[in-house]
Amino acid sequence: MRVVIAEDLALLRDGLTRILEAFGCQVVAAVDNGPSVLPALTTHRPDVAVVDVRLPPTFTDEGLQAAIRARAALPGLPVLVLSQHVERLYARELLSDRRGGVGYLLKDRVSHVDQFVDAVRRVAAGGTVMDPEVVAQLLASRAGAEPLAELTAREREVLGLMAEGRSNAAIAGRLFVTEKAVSKHINSIFSKLRMPPSNDDNRRVLAVLAYLDGEDGRQPRARA
Amino acid sequence: MGAVDSPVSDRIRAGLRPAAVTAAQGLLIALLSLTTHVLLVVLSLVALLLIPAFGVGFALFPMVTALVRLCTGSHRRLARWSGVELPVPYLPAPPGAQVGTWRRFRWVVTDPATWRDLSWLLPGAVTGAVCLAAFALPLYGLEGALGVPVLLHLADVWYGYGPFWPIGNLFQAVLCVPLGVLVLAAGLAAGRWLVWLHLTFAGYFLPPTRAAALALRVRQLTVTRADTVDAQAAELRRIERDLHDGAQARLVALSMSIGLAEQLVQRDPEAVRRLLAEARETSGQALAELRGLVRGIHPPVLAERGLDGAVRALALSVPLPVAVTVELPGRPPAPVESAAYFAVAEGLANVTKHSAASRAWITVRYADGRLTLVVGDDGRGGADPAAGSGLAGVGRRLAAFDGTMAVTSPVGGPTVVTMELPCELSSPRISPSSGTG
Repeated sequence: MRVVIAEDLALLRDGLTRILEAFGCQVVAAVDNGPSVLPALTTHRPDVAVVDVRLPPTFTDEGLQAAIRARAALPGLPVLVLSQHVERLYARELLSDRRGGVGYLLKDRVSHVDQFVDAVRRVAAGGTVMDPEVVAQLLASRAGAEPLAELTAREREVLGLMAEGRSNAAIAGRLFVTEKAVSKHINSIFSKLRMPPSNDDNRRVLAVLAYLDGEDGRQPRARA
Repeated sequence: MGAVDSPVSDRIRAGLRPAAVTAAQGLLIALLSLTTHVLLVVLSLVALLLIPAFGVGFALFPMVTALVRLCTGSHRRLARWSGVELPVPYLPAPPGAQVGTWRRFRWVVTDPATWRDLSWLLPGAVTGAVCLAAFALPLYGLEGALGVPVLLHLADVWYGYGPFWPIGNLFQAVLCVPLGVLVLAAGLAAGRWLVWLHLTFAGYFLPPTRAAALALRVRQLTVTRADTVDAQAAELRRIERDLHDGAQARLVALSMSIGLAEQLVQRDPEAVRRLLAEARETSGQALAELRGLVRGIHPPVLAERGLDGAVRALALSVPLPVAVTVELPGRPPAPVESAAYFAVAEGLANVTKHSAASRAWITVRYADGRLTLVVGDDGRGGADPAAGSGLAGVGRRLAAFDGTMAVTSPVGGPTVVTMELPCELSSPRISPSSGTG
């Protein structure tokens, strides 16, 4: 798997390179500033890009902007965005093209090396991976809203894991239940949220996130 | 009543209201001027004369001055009603200036505003008395226009109106109607001008002189600077304590775990694995704490996106829909931006904590050198900035930038918190946008 890394701190850039190479990825380019992100991506066409939100020269959100521009130029280019903090606002912007192949994680998550590499692989495969904290923010902000309030505690748990981009098998493993139980929960969630069920993992995640973000999720409800 | 009214009568009513207001203002100004001014001048003179005679004047003069200020204060309120601002010039009382003390006398006598007020009272009484015409002329015009002279003439009562003394025949009586309309129109037009004249004249006496304005400004700056310094010191103490008890302590624990693991690496690999897992756990907690701390000092999203993005991110973080409108043609200076952000954050926190609102709105606008922030909600109202320490803190924080905060929150809602900050914007760019979060 070919990877492009954009991270300005040398220590973290080397660390990311080392981790990814240790798990059999090939780091084809590692850039340290915003303006060189887009050229590196268009030249190398990697399987996945790992981009820090804040990059020189302005130290604002150059990395995020570069990632969004890169996905506009190369539709569907898988991008995993890393940051010291997560914002729903940014998650929404990253997800807005509804294409999948997007990840948004706190830098802390890199310390769980195997989980981080798993996230990189899932994004490269076109999946959607949201940081648990983004999901928590989304759930918290809509907690009292109908019909989210109708969900049971276990269903909420499943919903959260689903929004993090986990497959049924992974959710089953995490909650120590069978996959069949998980899909039962998911069907129940979808019917309570009045969402059309879907088998495609990525479409499912996007639908959940859209619902939680209070955009498209409310439309089917209005029609029902 | 509005449902059956035609637009034309609405328009007439809309035109009549300011006319009625002006007439009322003229009447009030005239009454105030005629009843109090001369009396106050006489009282002041008596108090001053009593100083060498008995010394009673020392106590009496400040009392009379308080009455004078009551009177000028009423004129100020009337002026504000007419849209004219007459700032208050009086120096604040020094400590220990109780009634009857020498200190109080000195405070009153050394304030130039005292003497400016006194010198204005008599000429002000003249311009004020003239304002009676703003009320009397329209009234007289109304009398003619409504046909009162006609009725009285027909009723065979001796009566005169305008140039007809007495009204000799029916033709003259009927002529009084258009005459009355003319007088009414002229009275209304002149009334506004007379009130304006009175207030403009008062504007030469009642506001502070340049020196007094500067003195008041210095005083205000001293207070806000002290508040700012206190707040900043408290903030630094809090950050120090958070770092000391939080991230710093965790890093110590982390290095201890790693050191221990180093010792055990040969003998007990299983224990080392446990220690390393613990170390990772601890580092995660330290990072989470640092993240929280950074958010409280200067939110990263504010640094990355400016006020626009930061307010939107804030709106997304609360559990109710918030409509956000931002019209900023540039970026305010960083300290103002930060103060504005935390002000909106506090306003929004109050909405979620106390209002029981179903929706809220935030508008951020810039016009005429002022940044205006509005946080509103459709909740239960009854918010009192004096009782809630959060909003009071915002007020103090904004005061450091000469900013102001106003809260309107009738019981039953809606609550609207309006904050204003004077500032310049940098790097002009147009970014009007809005959305719901």
